Amino acid sequence: MTSNSNREKILGAIRAKLGVRGDEAGRRGLARTRIDRAPAGIIPARAQEERAALIRRFTASLESQGATVERLKKRAEAPEAIAALLRGLNMPLQLRMGEEPLLDSMPWDTTPLDIKRGAAEASDFTSLSWAKCAAAETGTLFLASGPDNPSTLNFLPEMHIVMIAAEDIVGPYEEAWGKIRQIHGRGKMPRTVNLISGPSRTADIEQTIVMGAHGPKKLVVFIASR
Amino acid sequence: MEQRSHAFKENSTAALADEQLQRALLNVKRGFVYKRAKAREGLPEFDALKRQGREIKDHTLANLDLYLEEYERKVLESGGHVHWAATAEDARAIVLRICQENDAKSVTKGKSMVAEEIGLNGALEASGIEVVETDLGEYIIQLRGEGPSHIIAPAIHLTRNQIEADFRRVHVDLPPERRLEEPVELVSEARAMLRAKFIGADVGITGANFLIAETGSSVIVTNEGNGDLTQLLPRIHIVVASLEKIVPTLEDASAILRLLARSATGQEMSTYTTFSTGPRRDGDPDGPAAYHVVLLDNGRTEMLGSEFHEMLRCIRCGACMNHCPVYNAVGGHAYGWVYPGPMGAVLTPQLIGVHEAGHLPNASTFCGRCESVCPMEIPLTKLMRHWREREFSEGKSPWQARAIIRAWAFLARRPELYHWMMQLPPRILAMLGRKRGRFTSAPFAGGWTKHRDLPTPQGPTFQALWHAEALRREGLARETMMNDPQ
Repeated sequence: MTSNSNREKILGAIRAKLGVRGDEAGRRGLARTRIDRAPAGIIPARAQEERAALIRRFTASLESQGATVERLKKRAEAPEAIAALLRGLNMPLQLRMGEEPLLDSMPWDTTPLDIKRGAAEASDFTSLSWAKCAAAETGTLFLASGPDNPSTLNFLPEMHIVMIAAEDIVGPYEEAWGKIRQIHGRGKMPRTVNLISGPSRTADIEQTIVMGAHGPKKLVVFIASR
Repeated sequence: MEQRSHAFKENSTAALADEQLQRALLNVKRGFVYKRAKAREGLPEFDALKRQGREIKDHTLANLDLYLEEYERKVLESGGHVHWAATAEDARAIVLRICQENDAKSVTKGKSMVAEEIGLNGALEASGIEVVETDLGEYIIQLRGEGPSHIIAPAIHLTRNQIEADFRRVHVDLPPERRLEEPVELVSEARAMLRAKFIGADVGITGANFLIAETGSSVIVTNEGNGDLTQLLPRIHIVVASLEKIVPTLEDASAILRLLARSATGQEMSTYTTFSTGPRRDGDPDGPAAYHVVLLDNGRTEMLGSEFHEMLRCIRCGACMNHCPVYNAVGGHAYGWVYPGPMGAVLTPQLIGVHEAGHLPNASTFCGRCESVCPMEIPLTKLMRHWREREFSEGKSPWQARAIIRAWAFLARRPELYHWMMQLPPRILAMLGRKRGRFTSAPFAGGWTKHRDLPTPQGPTFQALWHAEALRREGLARETMMNDPQ
């Protein structure tokens, strides 16, 4: 059977079972309003704390999932901090990143880092992304795809470094979506939005947690200002 | 997947005697039950969120036609394709056609229960396409030629030793003397084996935890990141999702996400929650060039408005099976098809027929733990009872069961006779067991007395005690009234 006749058949069956027609102004208005207004429901108290408490929760939550979180005084400190991190872990001084202006404008020349641009390749060890925002309630970073921060950076390399501005750390998911909507417009989304709450892990062997299943084994987050 | 639900009794007997399986099943409690309880304690709003989650799903189901239309409109707007599949067969044919039209030789898959339900792997392999499961648990059971035994932990029925043996059997190009004792060694071997598959695949197939009408997005939730590599690297991303996965907005998905991971693994949030909307955009250096969604009905619309309507709220967290004494005793394979545990006992008869799966809703003591932990407040025991009723009224239950129920119904309608009959067995047992104080065997209860003794009944029956207590209270009430006249 063709997909098109299936469509009519399925929608017809749904309407018959629900006892509706589909053209009721009341029902249509209700659904339209819900989508257009996207009302928020219950927001947990933990997501409504004051700023400093939210940043503490964001940090503690990510750390409890096995990520490392560091606070930088200035964004410009990042290249040196990243070089030091790679040296400390005895990893190649290579870094993959997109065309994010906030990352691009940092003083990379002062470090020996070999920087590659564009989508990640299987041979990349470390990548760097800029998160659009984060929800402190569960230590969840929001990364949006695009040439500035390609999504493969979030998954292919062994280590993923994410930078986030302190002012972009909000409490609940709903507020984070508000920020994404500010950038892309209501009802519009980037091709991929990755909500990331820690390094890759699995518990599929006897429920023992092992880090680095398919994605990055290490997640390092730098909090700076924009 | 082969249907073996009719053999639930035989499957269970074998499962109880399988020592390896019994050892593996201990991990259910260790891995899920305690962690969920802790996660729930950590969020004081949890119960209020449950009620809200239920409202979101009820509202969505009442307007399912409208939200599906809006969702479809948004997917098309973002450059994706939507295919409507009434049956499992339709869905298989659609996926196969997309693969063939694009000359696909190799497919990677994220974990998808809907793909299991429609038997997708078999259909693709029969047409010469290589299918690689990339979730570690799914990869392991694919190596073994088994189906999943749990909806979120497909290899929970296996021990580390078994997995090591499978890896050594299949990964023959690796040095045989390599160490594979620790879980971390097994994980890194699987990671290395699957990397090449991710990069070489033509098509990536994932399921969806949510479909969002507001934006036309599909959402997957994973811890490994395998679902993301599956959908990011190949030329084509196909989402297979049943149509009740839809929610109106990003806010609604977020509200239910607060319940999902906590109920499933006891995490506050899964490591990766990914929202995908259409194919690669202009200027994107990565992502699939084409994005397809296969919207599957396969019996869902039939449940709408029926006595099984509430089952459509299910978000597939697995909490019901993790907390089920029957699942914990026999594991998921005993249920004989894709969906095990209490949610499977409700869903399976709907999807493959009560003649095949009639045993499943009977495999419950109705202890109610499943519905007490269900984040969508699905009345699972009530729904299982509906299947029992239907099985009985369609004359599909065995004649012994029907005869016993008939005899009981006869007695239940005659209270005097019922009470007289019911006080007989304890009296007889009390008389017979006076000396020893216990029975090591009893007629019709051999299975029970095999593992424990039956104590000899003592004192009056419950009914007699109840009557005595009622008389005493009546007396007290009369006394009070006389002492305290109005």
